[in-house]
Amino acid sequence: MIEIGLGHYLSLGAIIFFLGVIGIFLNRKNVIVILMSIELILLAVNINLISFSIFSGDILGQIFTMLILTVAAAEAAIGLAIIVIYYRNRGSIRVEDIHGMKG
Amino acid sequence: MEHAIIFLPLIGSILGFLGRSLIKYFSEIITSLFVSISAVLSIILFWNGIQNNIYGNFKIFEWISSGSFVANWSINIDPLSSVMLVVVTFVSALVHIYSIGYMSHDPHKPRFMSYLSLFTFSMLVLVVSDNFLQLFFGWEGVGLCSYLLIGFWYKKESANNAAIKAFIVNRVGDFGLAIGIFLIFFYFGTINFQEVFNIAPQFLEEKLVFFGFETTLITLICLFLFIGAMGKSAQFLLHTWLPDAMEGPTPVSALIHAATMVTAGVFLVVRCSPLFELSQTALNLVTLVGMITAIFAASVALVQNDIKKIVAYSTCSQLGYMFFAAGIGAYHVAMFHLFTHAFFKALLFLGSGSVIHAFKDEQDIRNMGGVRKQLPYTYVFMLIGTLALTGFPFLSGFYSKDAIIEFAYLKNSSLGNYAATIGIFTAFLTSIYSWRLFFKTFHGPYNNTKIPINETHESPLVMLGPLLFLAIGAIFAGYFFKETFIGHLSNDFWKSSIFFLNEIKHDPIPTWFLILTPVLVVISIPISYYYFISNTKILEEFKNTNSPLYNFLLNKWYIDELYEFLFVKPAKKIGSFFWKQGDLGFIDRFGPDGISKLIKKLSDKAGIFQTGFIYDYAFVMLIGLSILLTYLILN
Repeated sequence: MIEIGLGHYLSLGAIIFFLGVIGIFLNRKNVIVILMSIELILLAVNINLISFSIFSGDILGQIFTMLILTVAAAEAAIGLAIIVIYYRNRGSIRVEDIHGMKG
Repeated sequence: MEHAIIFLPLIGSILGFLGRSLIKYFSEIITSLFVSISAVLSIILFWNGIQNNIYGNFKIFEWISSGSFVANWSINIDPLSSVMLVVVTFVSALVHIYSIGYMSHDPHKPRFMSYLSLFTFSMLVLVVSDNFLQLFFGWEGVGLCSYLLIGFWYKKESANNAAIKAFIVNRVGDFGLAIGIFLIFFYFGTINFQEVFNIAPQFLEEKLVFFGFETTLITLICLFLFIGAMGKSAQFLLHTWLPDAMEGPTPVSALIHAATMVTAGVFLVVRCSPLFELSQTALNLVTLVGMITAIFAASVALVQNDIKKIVAYSTCSQLGYMFFAAGIGAYHVAMFHLFTHAFFKALLFLGSGSVIHAFKDEQDIRNMGGVRKQLPYTYVFMLIGTLALTGFPFLSGFYSKDAIIEFAYLKNSSLGNYAATIGIFTAFLTSIYSWRLFFKTFHGPYNNTKIPINETHESPLVMLGPLLFLAIGAIFAGYFFKETFIGHLSNDFWKSSIFFLNEIKHDPIPTWFLILTPVLVVISIPISYYYFISNTKILEEFKNTNSPLYNFLLNKWYIDELYEFLFVKPAKKIGSFFWKQGDLGFIDRFGPDGISKLIKKLSDKAGIFQTGFIYDYAFVMLIGLSILLTYLILN
């Protein structure tokens, strides 16, 4: 039986983090996927915080996690609202179509 | 009073220009009035000078004071400048009044009147200066006003070209004058006339090498000053601008290019007589140039057809007389001729203007003739002017011109005799071309096809009035002032303002010599009438058989063509080289145009990075973050 230690938790966090990051810039289709990727990145950070909190016995990390979850929820709500408005204006939320800042 | 004489024209000029839209005729009246007041004051001043000997130097304020270099704005009233004041303000006032009539159809009258007054002011500044710098200021000021007035009808291309030509040719002379002044300051350490003249004899032996020639300092200075005088006074080789300057309105020609500005060169030589007297070489050169100009301009005037050009060449020729008078040391006679010439030449020019006005801007004398009944007053005034110019006995030209020839004879040197001969011959030519002008204009058949003879009309009173004053001057100025200017009273009159190294001899002159010129002048009248009116065929045949000579004279000795080949074309080539290669090819290409092109290219390149896709930005951010992290960790 393998002892599950801090390293495993951190590896999990790192994997989720990189999944999120890669999701942002490999994704060419949907803006919602970007939003989801950002959620993944935040979750990875949360996992890190909780792991360190437990392993170092400091409750502060878990309190931070609660804070970040709340902020993430609010951010997801705002992000979705922006996407809805954007769809109403442009009729598309495909990532290829969003290039108004092209030089 | 001295300040009023100088500054009234300036005030008139400014007020006339600023107040041009206040009331109709505002500028005309204000400028004419102010200059007229100035003229009356000058005559009073002149009279005070003769009668009560009131002269002086009135300092206005110190202009430049830098180490030993001091230049003042000042009004220096001495016999010489008081004569010039009278000439300038008197002719100027009459020309102002005349212009009211002559320019009555021109929409830009206020500008014209304002320029005229500004010119008068500059000329006054020139003649009353007590140092070379103020003189130079006035010198350039009159040059500028001359440019502005020649190019007054700026929509006419020929007028613009003539204005630029006058300006550039004058620059050549001014360059010489400037170098002369530099030399004076460099060696003498001062530019005040009086101090320079006092100190100059100490440098009599000073020699220097100039372009491989060894000359004395005084000669060199005089030569450069004389180059300046040549430019302004349209002497041979620098005369080309004067005939072209006739593109300007006729009052301008009368005021600037006959009576006042062109005499500035003569004035300069006379003013610097203490310097010129010290250098026989310079005096000989002055005589030589004066002689050549006199005969050259007279020969060209014989065949010209433009009424104003004939008078212009005549001016050139008379200026030549003044210079050779100065060159043989008779400065007072030069000034006397300047004085009388101002009257009759202004009269001739304004009379020509009246004729041109009558023919509705026709200037070719071949298209005139037979209008003495239509223009009776102009006829009489032109007759007086012509008689005075040719030196008909007892009119003003007679006293001054014959005096020049007599003084040249009295000089008793080979150059003096030569000058006297040339002078007599030129006087004969002068009377031939003057009578040709006169007869072709007023006598013979009516030759104008554009307007019928009964539509030619006499000029208004505002134009004839000034002519009357000038005619009086042309008749009596010589008789009344000959004793004061050149006779027994002359030493009392001129005092120290003219300097003679050697007392001029007053030997008796043989009678045949005295009557030679008047006789020639008188017999030239019937000769001219016969050849130009009664029997024109002989002249036509003569013209055809001697066409090379005729063309040589008609084309003004081909001097313009020579300059075109020697200076204008190379200058144009150099200019176009610098424009195309230097300006367009180098400065523009690598300067403004080059930089703007470079920036556009760079920003186009930079624009490629801005794809507008979020994932690209995210990728760049990731890369940046990784690099930053790597850097921080490695540190």
